[in-house]
Amino acid sequence: MRRTYLDNNATTPVLPEVFEAMRPYFAENFGNASSIHHYGQETRAAVESARQSVAALLGCTASEVIFTSGGTESDNLAIAGLTAPGDHVITSSIEHSAVLQTCKHLEENSCQLTCVPVDSRSLVDPDDVRRALRPNTKLISIMAANNETGVLQSVEEIGKIAAEAGVLFHTDAVQAAAKVAIDVNRIGCHALSISGHKIHAPQGIGALYVRKGTRLQPLFYGGRHERSRRAGTENVPGIVGLGKAAQLAKDALDRGDDKKMSALRDRLQQGILAQVEDAKVNGDGASRVPNTSNISFDYIDAEALVIALDLKGLAVSTGAACSSGAIEPSHVLVAMGLPADRGRSSVRFSLGKQTTEEDIDFALALVPETVSRLRELSPRYSSHVKVVARS
Amino acid sequence: MSGGVDSSTVAAMLRAEGHNVIGLTMQLWNQRRLAGREGMPESVQGRCCSLDDVYDARRVAQQIGIPYYVVNHEERFERDVVRPFVEEYLSGRTPIPCSLCNNHLKFDQLLTVAQQIGAELVATGHYARVAYDDARARWLLKRPADTSKDQTYFLFGLTQDQLSRTLFPLGDMTKPEVRELARKHGLALAEKPDSQEICFVPGGDYKRFIDAYLAEQGESLPDTAGELVTTSGEVIGEHAGIHNFTVGQRKGLGVATGSPLYVIQISGADRQVIVGGDEHLYLRTLRARRVNLISVDDLRVPMRVAVKIRHRHEPAPAMLERSGEDEFLVTFDQPQRAITPGQAAVFYDGEIVVGGGWII
Repeated sequence: MRRTYLDNNATTPVLPEVFEAMRPYFAENFGNASSIHHYGQETRAAVESARQSVAALLGCTASEVIFTSGGTESDNLAIAGLTAPGDHVITSSIEHSAVLQTCKHLEENSCQLTCVPVDSRSLVDPDDVRRALRPNTKLISIMAANNETGVLQSVEEIGKIAAEAGVLFHTDAVQAAAKVAIDVNRIGCHALSISGHKIHAPQGIGALYVRKGTRLQPLFYGGRHERSRRAGTENVPGIVGLGKAAQLAKDALDRGDDKKMSALRDRLQQGILAQVEDAKVNGDGASRVPNTSNISFDYIDAEALVIALDLKGLAVSTGAACSSGAIEPSHVLVAMGLPADRGRSSVRFSLGKQTTEEDIDFALALVPETVSRLRELSPRYSSHVKVVARS
Repeated sequence: MSGGVDSSTVAAMLRAEGHNVIGLTMQLWNQRRLAGREGMPESVQGRCCSLDDVYDARRVAQQIGIPYYVVNHEERFERDVVRPFVEEYLSGRTPIPCSLCNNHLKFDQLLTVAQQIGAELVATGHYARVAYDDARARWLLKRPADTSKDQTYFLFGLTQDQLSRTLFPLGDMTKPEVRELARKHGLALAEKPDSQEICFVPGGDYKRFIDAYLAEQGESLPDTAGELVTTSGEVIGEHAGIHNFTVGQRKGLGVATGSPLYVIQISGADRQVIVGGDEHLYLRTLRARRVNLISVDDLRVPMRVAVKIRHRHEPAPAMLERSGEDEFLVTFDQPQRAITPGQAAVFYDGEIVVGGGWII
């Protein structure tokens, strides 16, 4: 069966060039990057070269990049590392659980938390952030792009608000990195998280940008790795992979490949909307990353749609998964004010660098007919059709 | 697929027979929801469909090479099984959530999901038999070969449409044979113990569950305290709430009169718990409502049947007749002990399930 993968916001395949770049660092160049001998010098060089590549992608200097085990650790490190008990933190209602749960944990340990709402396009109003500021506000954490809808937040405006107020600003850029250009100085953030497996590097590696001069409390204690900010022997193959992926991403952005990506995504999106009635894009009207389209299909159950599509070879997803693997209602769609019905009928399509025109053709051939079939089985749909027929 | 040996063996059997099999587990109740509340255990191992069971089901699916999904129907389960469970107890009846789960989730919601994803039939590990009877032109539900595991008592609510799309591959097998087959298929859980109780009530302590659930919902336990009364109307004591009792119960009455006392009847309306001697527990008739008929489309003349009034009960010979638009009367040959409102009365014609309804 032909399998087509359109769930790149969940994870991405490691690109061949990334895999090749990593390959020597398992059995040939395997040294501990902190060792002073030849083996260590080799891998140390590779780590620092990767660091340069990540810095170039983010518009910062190499010394401002900390390697971590992924986006979740980066978020935890930023939020826990930049705050202390008694601090006030402002975040949004649509953050990834790595941010929200860390904030909730802080709240249980004498921090105060404000969650600013979003509008129906899932956009944070920077004025809401400004209005939430208190004398003891220490940190604002607002994501650059949302993983479910792809909507881009006005992070530069929030950066300005943070600067005016003398407050730190962290942004979870896990879903934005490599999809849109990022410049930490233009954004004005003090910390920024990225994740390797969202940008065609392997799972288990990520990075945190921390602006020079910003005091950060580590999460991991031990050796003096990462300038004593993150103890633990460097995951050299992972770091090399992340560096390569970052370099490829920067090149692609410089070439304008993101426009090709938008074109593919738009063809998929418009194609579905043209063939399927009562389908709406969630986050329509807001700026989005070029690869994501979150569409609600009225009168059907997204869970059944995702399974039905998977059984035919198309991989997409919806909401968040819980520990059993079942689908849970999406807090993002709820925060956008979507009625429960629409939240339960929303599916996310997310493209990757490897996605081809044929993949889009396949999806366009499969999705409308599957939605149709589900609607035929849906009592809600037959009531709707009766109403339409009568009017 | 519950992660138990029965459904796992069914999956393996059907796959081996060459069918296109998809494994589904229904996530029905978040076991962590009430953990720690009102004395509920913190750790919830060993419940049907707990995380451990999902893990087991998933591993079986992976081992036999079938796609596997977990589908979330917590909302419906709470609405159609858990809430009614609590409300029945608070009204003085003894509920059977497993029948409601079968009616609303396993053979309704699951059948819907199956259809939606393109499957034609749902197979479960229930010990029961289903077959089409040409003479009657109806789908029949029958008792299984292993009557000690007979689950037809919980399946009386199945409709013709549901039965036409259901497979019970274990109907002709005994439990030991099923375990042996599981072993043959190399399933590690061949020795896994059966889960015996209500999946969402750890340790069978339904009172603790009700307390915890109401507390979580921000509702208070309604005050159903009242009088303990004898069968002749004499008030002999008090009770703290009618949901603490079930018909036939002997313990926990809080009064002693020299001879054993049993709960004879629970009167929700006036909050009385009527107690009496063993002899008062025997009745010759019962009435059932919301009856579902399977082997016949209606009952126009009285019929000889054997009736089960609870899961662990030998079907007792009786006459079954319609006594109202939504009521059937069962008249037993011999008086039966502890007929309990809220339980199901299931009517058998030999091994055929005629139908069943809810005892009022």
